[in-house]
Amino acid sequence: MSTGRILKDRIAGKSVWLVTLFSGLILFLIIVGLYLKSAPILHSHSLSDLLFESKWKPGKNQFGFLPYILSTVYVTFISLVIAVPLCVLCAIYMSEYANKKVKGFVTSLVDILAGIPSVIFGIWGIILIVPFISNKLAPAFGHEDSTGYSILAGGLVLAVMVFPIVIHIMLEVLRTVPVELREASLSLGANKWETIKKVVLRKAAPGISAAIVLGFSRAFGETLAVLMVVGNTALIPKSLFDSGYPLPALIANNYGEMMSIPLYDSALMFAALLLLTVILVFNVIARMVIMRLEKQMI
Amino acid sequence: MKTSTSTSFKNNFPLSLQETEVAEEKVIPLGGLKPHISVRNLNISYGSQRILKNVSIDIPNKKITAIIGPSGCGKTTLLKTFNRLIESADGINIDGEVLVDGENIYGNDVEVTHIRKKMGLLSQRPMPLPMSIFDNIAYGMRIHGIRKKALLQEKVEHYLRQASLWEEVKDRLHHPATKLSIGQQQRLCLARGLAVEPEIILGDEPTSALDPISSQRIEEKFVELKKDYTVIMVTHILRQARRIADYIIFMWLGEIVEHGPAQELLENPKEEMTREYVKGVIS
Repeated sequence: MSTGRILKDRIAGKSVWLVTLFSGLILFLIIVGLYLKSAPILHSHSLSDLLFESKWKPGKNQFGFLPYILSTVYVTFISLVIAVPLCVLCAIYMSEYANKKVKGFVTSLVDILAGIPSVIFGIWGIILIVPFISNKLAPAFGHEDSTGYSILAGGLVLAVMVFPIVIHIMLEVLRTVPVELREASLSLGANKWETIKKVVLRKAAPGISAAIVLGFSRAFGETLAVLMVVGNTALIPKSLFDSGYPLPALIANNYGEMMSIPLYDSALMFAALLLLTVILVFNVIARMVIMRLEKQMI
Repeated sequence: MKTSTSTSFKNNFPLSLQETEVAEEKVIPLGGLKPHISVRNLNISYGSQRILKNVSIDIPNKKITAIIGPSGCGKTTLLKTFNRLIESADGINIDGEVLVDGENIYGNDVEVTHIRKKMGLLSQRPMPLPMSIFDNIAYGMRIHGIRKKALLQEKVEHYLRQASLWEEVKDRLHHPATKLSIGQQQRLCLARGLAVEPEIILGDEPTSALDPISSQRIEEKFVELKKDYTVIMVTHILRQARRIADYIIFMWLGEIVEHGPAQELLENPKEEMTREYVKGVIS
């Protein structure tokens, strides 16, 4: 080879390596950055105070994140409880029952849903979900005073937003289950539902878990749409119809304001660090669960 | 032994087959053999593409029947019509009759699971279900209502023995079936099929993914099993058909060119095309 070609080859190899290294480094840099920025509050308050204290009075130097943490957890949990079963059933219908036409049509609808900006979901929540909860749903359960801006509204809006991503991945996963495997079960005299339940879903279990994890990560960090419907009061929600204040909303609403209050900036950075850590930890655990499932079953 | 369709495409053999206008196909009797499956005027198309054209054939009872022919000639499609797996494909058109034990399985009020239970299927690649070795065998039995643990255990052992797999797996029945070697997996699939007590065993090139020794074991099993079962296998390995088949069906572009007792068809084919295929001129 001529020296020119050798040189080009080396440059190409090194540059792709560098780019890859850089993208891996970004995550590391974000974590370090957030940690350094939130260090002041971590020095002046104990971690358990920050995590388990429910008083949020920055002016009085009280930074209890519990209401935010619980709001985030509740909203995410509600959205997944609604979205996961629907997504699984919908994905099953589309992959196992629907004909090509229906499948193509619904897939494109779902794709459009995925592309809708979150602010539109937020507005949809405000004009539809919030009044519905305050006028119909909450009174029906004896919560006459609910404004409708509640963790339930947040959860519902989130569920719709999580839907397309989760369904998309689940469809991909179900597509990887070989036709011959379905045939093997059918040829033993199993009917379609038995085959789906006992063979297809079982084979697809790791992938379906992965889809749920991705949905979770999206739901946990989603900011704008939830912020618009969840009410944003820093109290621990006592029921589905109470308002809450998830971590992403706290950061988005307050960053850049009230920065004169000591440690406020640092507290918001701590919120971001917390959010990131939870998502990371959850991803790692999920990955381990998936690997285990794969080892056991596939 | 030849079917009436076979005469019409002699003119332009082997480039294409002329569409045949045969309304009623005459099936040559099996020479005293009792048919287990009878196919009458079966036409299968996928969109505008015709996959099977006017197929009429009798499959002898308790013999090994091999369906041979080049790839894409409709062998697997024909095999899959026997247990109605073909209809799970989207947009497929089926016209004609397939009689199993005299019952038209494409009749209106036929319950498909009961038809499928009559047949065990071995696919090209062994497809163990995503569960343990034990559960793979017990799967079909459980579906058909056997719940008692002791009975299940007894039957699982019985069928694993029948497929000559018991000794190799008896200490790890509750391990995932996918941990087995591919040859063991295919024997597992055989045992799993036998466990629903079928009458017929269908094999879709069941040895094509296996090593020679595992292939030989499956072939030996088939020969052993034909005492009690009708075995139908698709194969593109002519030597395999020669070794174990009692009866051979030769297909070309969706039609049956010739069928008959194995030795007769292989040594004295009546059709030019069969002769060429058997000699290896066309494949």
